[in-house]
Amino acid sequence: MIQVVCIKQVADTETRVKVGADGRSLDPVGVTWILNPYDEFAVEQALRVKEKLGAGEVIAISLGGAGVQSTLRNALAMGADRGIHLKHDGPAPDSLAVARALAEAIQPLGAGLIWLGKQAVDDDAAQVGPMLATRLDLPCVTAIATFELGAETVTVEREIEGAREVVEARLPAVLTTDKGLNEPRYASLKGIMAAKKKPIEERAASLGEMNLEVAALMLPPPRAAGRIVGEGVAAVPTLVKLLREEARVI
Amino acid sequence: MSLLVFIEQRDGKVRPVAREALGEATRLAATLGGPVVGVCAAASDPGLAALGEAGADRVLLAANDRFATYDGEGYAIAVEAAVRATQPAVVLFGGSAMGKDLAPRVAARLGAGLAADCTHLEIEDGRLTATRPVYAGKALQKVRFPRTPALLSLRPKVFAAATRAGTGAAVEALAVTLPAGEPRARVQRVSAVAGGKVDLTESEIIVSGGRGLKGPENFPLIEELAGALGATVGASRAVVDAGWRPHHDQVGQTGKTVSPKLYVAVGISGAIQHLAGMSSSRCIVAINKDPEAPIFKVADYGLVGDLFEVVPALTAEVRKLNAHG
Repeated sequence: MIQVVCIKQVADTETRVKVGADGRSLDPVGVTWILNPYDEFAVEQALRVKEKLGAGEVIAISLGGAGVQSTLRNALAMGADRGIHLKHDGPAPDSLAVARALAEAIQPLGAGLIWLGKQAVDDDAAQVGPMLATRLDLPCVTAIATFELGAETVTVEREIEGAREVVEARLPAVLTTDKGLNEPRYASLKGIMAAKKKPIEERAASLGEMNLEVAALMLPPPRAAGRIVGEGVAAVPTLVKLLREEARVI
Repeated sequence: MSLLVFIEQRDGKVRPVAREALGEATRLAATLGGPVVGVCAAASDPGLAALGEAGADRVLLAANDRFATYDGEGYAIAVEAAVRATQPAVVLFGGSAMGKDLAPRVAARLGAGLAADCTHLEIEDGRLTATRPVYAGKALQKVRFPRTPALLSLRPKVFAAATRAGTGAAVEALAVTLPAGEPRARVQRVSAVAGGKVDLTESEIIVSGGRGLKGPENFPLIEELAGALGATVGASRAVVDAGWRPHHDQVGQTGKTVSPKLYVAVGISGAIQHLAGMSSSRCIVAINKDPEAPIFKVADYGLVGDLFEVVPALTAEVRKLNAHG
């Protein structure tokens, strides 16, 4: 089976956000770029499926500037077979534009499973997976926490408020991955060396028209300075009194 | 122009996010004008007429046995049909597990822009402008729409539901043509998670534990405090990665972003990715033995001390308060 994993390069979660000169995007100075953590679960699960089937191909695809090639190499070092780089420079496109470009590139590949992280930890939109599935006219299950491969179906669980849905989807399907699905492997030295020789195909991204305009990126208003109520058990009654009478939250 | 609101129901009960979205639609309608119309996909009417009091002028019901559980493709077709029938300027979804899955499908079907997980909507220079947290709340993005309809999902528990006395909503059948045959993705069953606990994103009070607890065997301290406060238990990434707590308990950038009225952080130092996920809480309490811990910078009330002494004392004090009202 051919599997496609859509991955995104994002700022490391330890990044302190600074607003860039355009007032609309992250200041990239000093930022460490990583493979989106939720996408690691997607790459890992695709590799496990390939290992289980003993055959097939895992294709990693990413959209962005020249920098995303290092993120594609991360996926190749984990074990993906080849990469596709959809080239786009300039401001980050909206989710629907990305889904359109991905759909156009993925459609001819004949993939049985298409994987994405449930969201990217930069824009937190959680949109591209179900948008891509809709564009490809494929069934989709988002934010899966378990995965079981059947002959012509997959059975997965997704967390909803206070419960879990057990969903069966027919193949081919689009799945987005949540934390807890698996424990992503670290790339081995051998894998890192092998990744350098694996092919990355470059082509222009067909984004189409924009569907959302970013007017501004701002830092949230700082929280008003709090106070230390006291030390140790002796301060507990004061704390409870403040929560009850000042903050009125209990 | 009308405003369309997706009415989320589960097991025949309208979910709170639907009333929150109706409340915001009513406020927008005061500026934009137009009726507020709901659209609901369900096996049967979950009592939609009562949503008049929450701000709906009328509600379109797509009734189908297939809609007894969530069906992303079918629900998206139903909402698309409602958009075609009502030509709304704005379509609102609750940003719940269902809304997060559904709204992008509808947006892709319509070729429309979607602003996800919004925390504030306003009309600026005559244009709808949405504010949404990005980087798990480390920053806020303001977005606008080049075309109508504008699709938005609203973060749960941020927007207030409205109440209008005595008006019922007209409920009208919405004809929806679904593809023949079984759905390609089908919910087979819904299993409640252990203890039927309230989801972190819907909790009024959260008590989270971190590495300061020293081991999973000490989490009962957190659970007892949470029990006394009527709170849900959360956790830092460190303790989830160590396997002390399940993944769905994690608060922070690779876990849940939460905004409860009270967040109690116990033995959590306050890594930047954790602060991102909880700093929009209304009131934050930090209990930590290190007075220099970054968590104290965002805490409204800090208590420096040994959590193994402080937490049981706090639990006892809250219980005392509960007993005396």
